Amino acid sequence: MKHSRIVITGVGLTAPNGNSLPEFRKNLLDGVAGIERREIRYMGSQLAGVCHYDPLKYQKKKEVRVGTRAGSISIYCAREALADSGVAWDAVAKDRVGIYIGCTEHGNVETENEIHNISKFNYDTKFWSHYHNPRTVANNPAGEASLNLGVTGPAYTIGAACAAGNMGLIHATQMLRLGEVDFAICGGVSESIHTFGIFAGFKSQNALATHEDPKKASRPFDLARNGIVISEGGCLYTLERLEDAQARGAKIYAEIAGYHVNSDASDYVLPNPVRQAECVRAALKRAGLEPRDIHIVNTHATATPLGDIQECEAIRAVFGAGCPDTFINNTKSYIGHAMGAAGALELAGNLPSFDDLTVHPSINVDNLDPQCAIPGLVLNQPRRVAKVDTILNNSFGMLGINSTLIVRRFVP
Amino acid sequence: MTKDETKKVVLDIIADIAPDEDLSNVKPDVRLRDQLQLDSMDFLDIVMELRKRHGIEVPEADYQQLASLDSCAEYLTPKFNALAAKG
Repeated sequence: MKHSRIVITGVGLTAPNGNSLPEFRKNLLDGVAGIERREIRYMGSQLAGVCHYDPLKYQKKKEVRVGTRAGSISIYCAREALADSGVAWDAVAKDRVGIYIGCTEHGNVETENEIHNISKFNYDTKFWSHYHNPRTVANNPAGEASLNLGVTGPAYTIGAACAAGNMGLIHATQMLRLGEVDFAICGGVSESIHTFGIFAGFKSQNALATHEDPKKASRPFDLARNGIVISEGGCLYTLERLEDAQARGAKIYAEIAGYHVNSDASDYVLPNPVRQAECVRAALKRAGLEPRDIHIVNTHATATPLGDIQECEAIRAVFGAGCPDTFINNTKSYIGHAMGAAGALELAGNLPSFDDLTVHPSINVDNLDPQCAIPGLVLNQPRRVAKVDTILNNSFGMLGINSTLIVRRFVP
Repeated sequence: MTKDETKKVVLDIIADIAPDEDLSNVKPDVRLRDQLQLDSMDFLDIVMELRKRHGIEVPEADYQQLASLDSCAEYLTPKFNALAAKG
């Protein structure tokens, strides 16, 4: 079956260390992390990746008040992506646009806020907000973007834990190929730093990072890593069929080369390197590529003691000594774990490598864990390389969902 | 509480729930929805804020009494005063 070629034509993002792709990329090359201390309800000061975009750039004050943080991030990223794409938005048929946004979770923030609110009124539910349901429905982030943009095509979220960012792009690719839509806005968002439950949950799991220097706290592959830094963020792309992008003379960042999604079916939280490796191999097969053809592998590694080792085991199984041109990095070392946005943000941070032939490093590795010492790991300093034609992005999530997305340099 | 004070209370609430609106020239005798961008959820906000901030209950059957600033003042001022009298 011959598929349409799908290309990335625009990127909009907000990360803890940047509110545009150029700013984000510069900080990834300069080793600038974006983690800070933040007061978390019931828990006091915690480490978190906080975004500092201006919500009022694209929303009215009332939209910000009525909506959710995830909705606001979605709107910001979608508008930025559209502007970056150069599409004549007014002329686009809005019923042929799809919005597909990956989320790790949605609704915790507003539910916690409302319980806190009624706790001040002796838990009388007549003080519970009438906005609770529209704020907490699972499609909220995509729905708010559709309202803001006037998109009347399908707009919904994809719940896939921390594999969700890749899933937004994968789903959009599928929908464009099926002819369901002609233009897609897709990726992932996270508002997770606004829910204490995620912090408390990871803390109870002994998986929440601590460090006296916030910017050193997220340290995948380092021997002293001690857990996850929770972050908010978002990254949405515009995806189009190649012929449509070329017809309007669009700038093309990359072409979707392959992808795969599978499930571990083995544990609620523990990763499964065998299934992860299967996922990577299946994505390579779909792309018609061999492991040695991949030039950058962006890892999912979240800096948990076990999870990093298991992903390295999966990578070692696929990319071994026969891959001299394959370099491996990690973005969470700068921005923490942006949950549903992670995969989408981490791919974006690597896209400029097609142009600058530089692999951004994984930072904060003072003592490399020998069990994470995989060939090609780029640590602490950017690495100039001879060739970047392909990028493979891994994102894995709880309940054992794995996603791998491969993009290639666009060659007509 | 005077009717003008009641109008101020309602305007303060509207300022919070409709922060993009210019409230400097709200006509008291004109329906709020005819001069401000307020929808049904916003009116529920007014009801909720009266409850939260002032302990005032507005039953659903009386929502129409909140149509304009003048009608708000007519309807709410006795409620505020009854509440104050209770101490």
